[in-house]
Amino acid sequence: MAAKTLYDKIWDAHLVAQGDGESILYIDLHLIHEVTTPQAFAGLRAAGRPVRRPDRTLAVADHNVPTEGQALGAGAVADEEARLQLLTLERNVAENGIEYFPMGDLRNGIVHVVGPEQGRTQPGMTIVCGDSHTSTHGAFGALAQGIGTSEVEHVLATQTLRQAKSKNMRVTIKGTPAPGVGAKDFALAVIGAIGTAGGTGHVIEYAGDAIRALSMEGRMTLCNLTIEAGARAGLVAPDQTTFDYICGRPAAPKGAAWDMALAHWKTFFTDEDAVFDREIVLDAAQIAPLVTWGTSPEDVMPIDGRVPDPASFATPDKRASAERALDYMGLAAGQLITEAKIDRVFIGSCTNSRIEDLRAAAAVVQQAFLEGRLVAPHVRAMVVPGSGLVKEQAEAEGLDAIFKASGFDWREPGCSMCLGMNPDRLAPGERCASTSNRNFEGRQGRGGRTHLLSPAMAAAAAIAGHLTDVRAYI
Amino acid sequence: MKPFTRIDAKAAPLALSNIDTDQIIPKQFLKTVDRVGLSKGLFYDFRFDEAGVEKPDFVLNQAAYKDAGVLIAGDNFGCGSSREHAPWALLDFGISCVISTSFADIFYNNCFQNGLLPVVLPAQAVEDLMGQAKGGNHVISVDLDAQTVTAPDGRVYGFEIDPSRKHKMLHGLDAIGETLQKAPDIDVYESARALDTPWLERA
Repeated sequence: MAAKTLYDKIWDAHLVAQGDGESILYIDLHLIHEVTTPQAFAGLRAAGRPVRRPDRTLAVADHNVPTEGQALGAGAVADEEARLQLLTLERNVAENGIEYFPMGDLRNGIVHVVGPEQGRTQPGMTIVCGDSHTSTHGAFGALAQGIGTSEVEHVLATQTLRQAKSKNMRVTIKGTPAPGVGAKDFALAVIGAIGTAGGTGHVIEYAGDAIRALSMEGRMTLCNLTIEAGARAGLVAPDQTTFDYICGRPAAPKGAAWDMALAHWKTFFTDEDAVFDREIVLDAAQIAPLVTWGTSPEDVMPIDGRVPDPASFATPDKRASAERALDYMGLAAGQLITEAKIDRVFIGSCTNSRIEDLRAAAAVVQQAFLEGRLVAPHVRAMVVPGSGLVKEQAEAEGLDAIFKASGFDWREPGCSMCLGMNPDRLAPGERCASTSNRNFEGRQGRGGRTHLLSPAMAAAAAIAGHLTDVRAYI
Repeated sequence: MKPFTRIDAKAAPLALSNIDTDQIIPKQFLKTVDRVGLSKGLFYDFRFDEAGVEKPDFVLNQAAYKDAGVLIAGDNFGCGSSREHAPWALLDFGISCVISTSFADIFYNNCFQNGLLPVVLPAQAVEDLMGQAKGGNHVISVDLDAQTVTAPDGRVYGFEIDPSRKHKMLHGLDAIGETLQKAPDIDVYESARALDTPWLERA
């Protein structure tokens, strides 16, 4: 039998019907939220089609929820359209018998934090959600991808997806990173190396000792950002770190079922002789703490570097894009990026809002506090935990007290200022050090300027009042 | 879904790479429970200034391109968010075909669910079409059945497309209806899956 990649194995295990171009793939878990589902449920209703497997569907409210006053419920949301969307989701899940963690429920939060946290995300599964960052769940060795609303409707009706198989790409990261360098820097390094369209048409498997050494939170950050490299899905083969993370979670198998599941999960790895269509190798030791300077996630640079000169880019298109980006970002070619004074700090999003992310940021904040330094007076900094449970855990560890004592705003969970669908957003011209995933023009608010970086780097920037090298803070 | 067979229309050139779906339709237009009326949000920050006044220099605001049916764009069009509101907004505006050197996967896929044809052509062809589309006094023809784009100067460019997607688009077929015809196969798969991974059965 031909050697297979991890992706090949998951694909083969879920084939319902194979076609010439498109095949029909069974979906194990369908995560849904308020923004990309109303039209799908309306479509089902109009056609008189039922939801095939409500038990394989889980709903949360995350994209447009306010990050305060959540206990009051959806009916109390001030934004009329957002409220209608939340109430529409409530109605749709109730009518179809779908499990739902409403706003204010401790288990609610960002969909890509909740799935793993509840143990719903497991190795070897196929997972979809109407959100591009569904790639996050690939950290568990699950084939997880973002889909559009028409496909959400298709999955609700059939529990399958029509899809052509992607190509295989492997990104190997070897070696040991320097202190202050972690999964977010790995991800930005990969996007910088292959470009924001570099992974188009591929599923990326991450391998190498630097990946093995990552926690599940780190692997989730890395897989989350895979979509920013153009690949719909990222994968990390499951190992003991994965199994330990899942064990004991609410939806994790128990007793004899656990042993059966474990044996099944251990079959999901890439065979030694498997061939990838494309291979990239990076050395972790060569990766510095990274930050973006432009308006595409591929616009990355080391924190101790100078903003690139548009003239240094290869093609007229790239030169024009770089000029436009510098103009938008209010930066000059050749300036030190650490000279960029910030107005806002956002620690949160499906990329970096898990307990480990908050611990890393809090460690920097606490160290500075002990040295008598707080959040810079001109900076508004906020922390938005990924879920009610992350928030509770952080509070049990006293992280909220550390953040608040330093001047951070401690919020309730949700997608928040990553995409600014709720009231949390940047004002025109405001510059933000953000742990999120997209620095697109206007993403965090019209005219807002986003610099992507790690939670520790964001915390250091909050204290310094400008972008700064976290290595001076640890 | 409305079938797509052929379009003869004006093409608007938008020579920018990596146009993401946040640019195609910003967040504030996603708080809808409908698929219709989204043209008001199309390229909102490109089309309007902060006071909501039209920016005269943006291509789709120019009189010559107001009735454009085709958009010609730079590399990696539609990257970023999976929002299907992006193809909905383009279609609602009257654009039913986008030509580029490359598209992001999720956007590309979403186009086919809605009868919006994404055409991939080599860089030279896109540049050539972009040049000929300047000025706005022209007609570009895109023929899905023949898989060709005919430039204003009569030059013909062929393009590739997956045969099953082409078939569905030409006839406006409903993917769900088609998959539901395979319900017995799904039943068989599910029964086997329940034995392989019983811990995933929650019902």
